[in-house]
Amino acid sequence: MMAAVIAIAGPAYAGGVNRALAPVDVPDTMAERMKPCVACHGREDRMGRDAYYPRIAGKPEGYLFNQLRNFRDGHRYYRPMALLLANVTDRYLLEMAAYFAALEQPYPPPERVVSTLAEIKLAEKLINHGDTARKIPACIECHGKELMGTAPFVPGLLGLPRVYMSAQFGAWRNGGLMRGQTPDCMSEIAKLLTPEETNAVVAWLAAQPVRGKMDPADRLSIEMTKRCSSIIEQARLRP
Amino acid sequence: MNLGLLAAVLTCLAGAVLLSGPVGAAPPEKETKVAKTVLTEQRRGRGAYLARLANCMGCHTAQGGHSYAGGRRLSTPFGTFITPNITPHEATGIGYWSEEDFWKAVHEGKSRDGRPLYPAFPYTEYTKITREDSDAIFAHLQTVEPVAQHNPPSQINFPYNFQPLLSVWRAIYFKPGVYQPEPGKSAEWNRGAYLVQGLGHCNACHSERNPLGAAGGETLGGGQIMGSNWYAPSLTSSLEAGSTGWPLEEIIQLLTTGVSARATMSGPMAEVVSQSLQHLSKEDARAMAIYLKSLPESIPRPSTAAPALNEEVRNGLLQGSKIYKKHCEDCHGASGQGAPGIYPPLAGNRAVIMDPPVNTIRSVLNGGYPPSTTGNPRPFGMPPFAQVLRDGEIALVLSYIRNAWGNRASLVTAAQVDKSREGIH
Repeated sequence: MMAAVIAIAGPAYAGGVNRALAPVDVPDTMAERMKPCVACHGREDRMGRDAYYPRIAGKPEGYLFNQLRNFRDGHRYYRPMALLLANVTDRYLLEMAAYFAALEQPYPPPERVVSTLAEIKLAEKLINHGDTARKIPACIECHGKELMGTAPFVPGLLGLPRVYMSAQFGAWRNGGLMRGQTPDCMSEIAKLLTPEETNAVVAWLAAQPVRGKMDPADRLSIEMTKRCSSIIEQARLRP
Repeated sequence: MNLGLLAAVLTCLAGAVLLSGPVGAAPPEKETKVAKTVLTEQRRGRGAYLARLANCMGCHTAQGGHSYAGGRRLSTPFGTFITPNITPHEATGIGYWSEEDFWKAVHEGKSRDGRPLYPAFPYTEYTKITREDSDAIFAHLQTVEPVAQHNPPSQINFPYNFQPLLSVWRAIYFKPGVYQPEPGKSAEWNRGAYLVQGLGHCNACHSERNPLGAAGGETLGGGQIMGSNWYAPSLTSSLEAGSTGWPLEEIIQLLTTGVSARATMSGPMAEVVSQSLQHLSKEDARAMAIYLKSLPESIPRPSTAAPALNEEVRNGLLQGSKIYKKHCEDCHGASGQGAPGIYPPLAGNRAVIMDPPVNTIRSVLNGGYPPSTTGNPRPFGMPPFAQVLRDGEIALVLSYIRNAWGNRASLVTAAQVDKSREGIH
């Protein structure tokens, strides 16, 4: 049932008018190959039409690879990404992830967010200390002491649009951003947070200027590695 | 000696041994055993290759799911078909099936219990597969990892869920029969015809369906893919995707790598290349190309006329040209010349000026990469514009592309763009 030649056929210019035209010069680089991503994730058009798209430059390689593959396979549901990546092999996805992980791009200025003093205090408490009684870990425990991520699987949290972060928290709370992922650490944590806490954290993060560096892989505690083991297990290349 | 035949004979022998039960039959001699194991292995290997060509996995695997465990949803006007698990798992797959059961499904379109199957399973094409090939595919399927996966039943709408109707349908539209080589044609041509008509089941998509879901139009004459918002172009028309005028090498290149100087595979066909055609042996790819190239030109289907270039139309095209300059020219060139094999030329591009324009609209809306294949592992891609441009803007730029650099075709409307947003694939 699944066949259709969508032949973008072309040559033989009608009347031969353009026959002499030289083809467009295409550099044989990853940057050229990654042009389709830039429409939404690029520097100039970062906001797209609805100010939603997250930055991907400089995020950890393993994290990006997991996201790319989960988009392609429908585990992380986002139709535009699934359509874009259908029929791309794991190997090429890994190359894409490595490219963006190594890409250095200036960060956007922080968002202007109005928060009350109480909200700021609440956010800082959760980010730096968590809530031990409710088994909520501090954000910095996994996402790096400067919130710039931990190699190679945990993303940084700074320089991301507020609406994007809110949407991810919503998805985690409603049954998980990643389908069929166990254990699903972020989903469990998001479900423990109240809407007020989520809003305070997201607003605080979006308002921070980006500075600092990603943490090395060995900084992640054994306990948290266990709690989020699925992100490591799923990163294997499949033949 | 013909290996396949030998394999078939040995399988029958094996069957006889099984039937005779544990008491009879003396243990076979060691040498025969080794030879048999080698042959069984060879047949399974061949079965794995043939299963690729038939792209069983394509439908019998859900997105991101276990291979062959089924669960993929095929939506059609008759309801949603959910493909079954064909791994050898006994309770949920086809672990209890015999070669004979499998042959009945492939050749006659009947399930193990004798129920007629819905032609969403393309037995109307698979019936042309030889018994030998069917047995080899079955042997392969019996070796894949058994997966315990219960898939929900298909949801078939009234009145199509009324079984006797299916029997009537079969009586009218389905004639079982293995492919018969055409005398007077070369062995290569016949091999190609067998692959295209049988295993490849190309006609399942590349033909117009009548309201009862049967391939009613001209064979390989193109048609809207049922339940998918893509148009499968005619393989018999030089205005669409016919390849009569193409060099053989270029047809082979397109089929096996997904790109060529004048064509790029996208949508459902990119999936077919990725999962099936890129695995074609050199000989089979050549045979397929020879057959496709030989297809006689069909009568062109009626299409919507290009607009008269009055002032209003010219204004629209001018607006479209500005959008083109901003978003498209960088890759496709100021004169639509593109970079053949990388960024498709748009001037003189059949897919761009095709009627209906749905494929081109979808390419602009969703972008995408051609399949990454052994022959083209790191393809260049097209950005999605659904997030960047509005329906009206996409309509303007496509109308321009369809009427620039010598192209002439009907204008695209915002309503057509909106309608093309539907559909997963």
